Amino acid sequence: MEILKFITAGSVDDGKSTLIGRLLYDSESILLDQLEALHSSNRKNDDGTIDLAILTDGLKAEREQGITIDVAYKYFQTEKRKFIIADTPGHTQYTRNMVTGASNANLAIILIDARKGVIEQTIRHSFLVSLLGLPKVVVCVNKMDMVDFSEEVYNDIVKNYQALAVKVGLKNVVFIPVSALKGDNIVNKSTNINWYHGKSLLDYLETVEINIDDTIAHARFPVQWVVRPQTDELHDYRGYAGRISSGSFRVNDKVTVLPSGFSSTVSKIEVFDKEPEEAFAGMSVTVHLKDNIDISRGDILVNTDYQPQLSQVIEADLCWMDTRALDTSHTYFIQHNSKVTRCRIQEVLHKVNINTLEKEYDEDFKLNDIGRIIIKTADPLAFDPYQVNKANGGAIIIDSRTNVTVGALMLRAVAD
Amino acid sequence: MSKHQLDYLDELEAEAIYILREVAGQFERPALLFSGGKDSITLVRLAEKAFRPGKFPFPLVHIDTGHNFIETIEYRDNMVKRLGEKLIVGNVQDSIDQGKVVEQKGKNASRNALQTVTLLDTIAEHKFDACIGGARRDEEKARAKERIFSVRDEFGQWDPKRQRPELWNIYNGKIHKGENVRVFPISNWTELDVWNYIRREKMELPSIYFAHERDCITRGGQLMAASPFLNMDEEDVIERRNVRFRTVGDMTCTAAVESYAYEIDDIIDEISASKISERGARMDDKVSEAAMEDRKKGGYF
Repeated sequence: MEILKFITAGSVDDGKSTLIGRLLYDSESILLDQLEALHSSNRKNDDGTIDLAILTDGLKAEREQGITIDVAYKYFQTEKRKFIIADTPGHTQYTRNMVTGASNANLAIILIDARKGVIEQTIRHSFLVSLLGLPKVVVCVNKMDMVDFSEEVYNDIVKNYQALAVKVGLKNVVFIPVSALKGDNIVNKSTNINWYHGKSLLDYLETVEINIDDTIAHARFPVQWVVRPQTDELHDYRGYAGRISSGSFRVNDKVTVLPSGFSSTVSKIEVFDKEPEEAFAGMSVTVHLKDNIDISRGDILVNTDYQPQLSQVIEADLCWMDTRALDTSHTYFIQHNSKVTRCRIQEVLHKVNINTLEKEYDEDFKLNDIGRIIIKTADPLAFDPYQVNKANGGAIIIDSRTNVTVGALMLRAVAD
Repeated sequence: MSKHQLDYLDELEAEAIYILREVAGQFERPALLFSGGKDSITLVRLAEKAFRPGKFPFPLVHIDTGHNFIETIEYRDNMVKRLGEKLIVGNVQDSIDQGKVVEQKGKNASRNALQTVTLLDTIAEHKFDACIGGARRDEEKARAKERIFSVRDEFGQWDPKRQRPELWNIYNGKIHKGENVRVFPISNWTELDVWNYIRREKMELPSIYFAHERDCITRGGQLMAASPFLNMDEEDVIERRNVRFRTVGDMTCTAAVESYAYEIDDIIDEISASKISERGARMDDKVSEAAMEDRKKGGYF
């Protein structure tokens, strides 16, 4: 069985929490005591039915305000798959949470209110999903019950969205007309929407092919930890522990260590008490090399024939996540895989107005701003362009004064 | 399934090992909080997979309320012996003797809430900068929102509104002096995942997880083990029941469930069909709907 991780993006009133609640409820993923709490809660829908949104909003502060303030993770399982949902808030000030949730997902559900169609927030969410490189997108046109299950309304929205998809660079978008409140096309096919012949949302989620880009990309192995027991019987044992971020490694593969550039050959791969001939993306392993070379945490082993970019000056997309604005004169930390080094944002090339997709040219980079920058790092980074290899193209910026994560970087290319 | 797609248990395992190695790589003085429960036993197994044939780069730390099941303590001591790793025990009794906490009174008195103080003192004494714990996001609503690297201020507090964004699998462990990080490598596991993993790895567990006969009393609709630690009065009727425990905590607040699950397969069947979530059997969460959130803010694990 495989795991599908997805995010749900919608505005405050699109019924996002209701949709997740409905998925959990109709797939019988709610346990009795949770159900009891649900029934005994005094929050009800207008027609007296239980408010399924309660299932996802966790914190007191949220219940008081009736909004979702942070990423909440939910787990459910059907006979075909396991699912992890990152429920991310829709309102403007929490772009950073959506970026956070999206960074760990293989699929996005974008919700559109059938009465409102494609609105500013839809543009924002779609742009972010594209920027974070999510391979699969399904658009749920929700509240179909409020527009009399009209095929015409639905088709208009699909047409408008397809134009947007082209503009933000999303491919292979799937559309489903639903009513989360009433349950149409969420788990079961709707009898109210007989003009729609596709799958219900759950059916789609259970069968969509999960992206395996990471395993077909070039071999990358960031070293996290060097295992050296230094006991009498294991005197010469030296294993490099880490998780293969992309591609695969085989015994006898020629590998290069970056940034040093030394090359060697894989002599052994260990997975605890097993010694497989091959290991691939996602696996945590210990790699041994034929030659004794100096390797430590922060280094990366790569396939010698397919090396990443190596540079100290890099063009990247940046999402700023801190209330204190970007300071181009300040020295920050950058963390890329297991490597941490100092950096400075050398130049802001432009920002993107994520509601209109227009470029903007003011220098001020504030909370939730997104744009393109050039970064200079103290040590060279061995990276792949994010859009080619997510696993080796993402990095975070840490403020050295507060230690807080203040920016997400999608590395693009070596800058001249 | 393609050859290069990991099965879910392998994926969860690989992620947890990755997180443990990040702790080793990023912190000076980490510790693994060991409760004797199945989740922390799973963490120990994962640590073996992450660091063997080397030693663990951290000690195991047990906060002992003094009201533990005997079976848990026996299990702990045997395990530590087998592993050859270091164990540090923080005693709630010491905190009581030092007058730092006051034993609760009354019928529902429990030391569960007191262990927060002992935990924070133990962290301070050993200057731990990272504490690995076995909490899972599926346990409870407040936990569903917690990061894998969760920063606590110098008072041990968790502020849900000021969490660091956690992107991709890049964990930011940078902290100021006095702060520490709670790390949850099995955040993405469910209760069933843990059990399936225990079965796959053929791990041993404390015997109280399996069905056995025991003297019990019924309180607030829940079965509690009769023990000297429980303040009982004439209303409490002791009955011999066939039970097992779904979590292993302090004897005063860990409820039993009626069960005939003697083997791990029985337990997995029982949970798959179960209609009560795991923390539903913890009396300490029942106090109010926001109970866990409040306790977490105060430094509870």
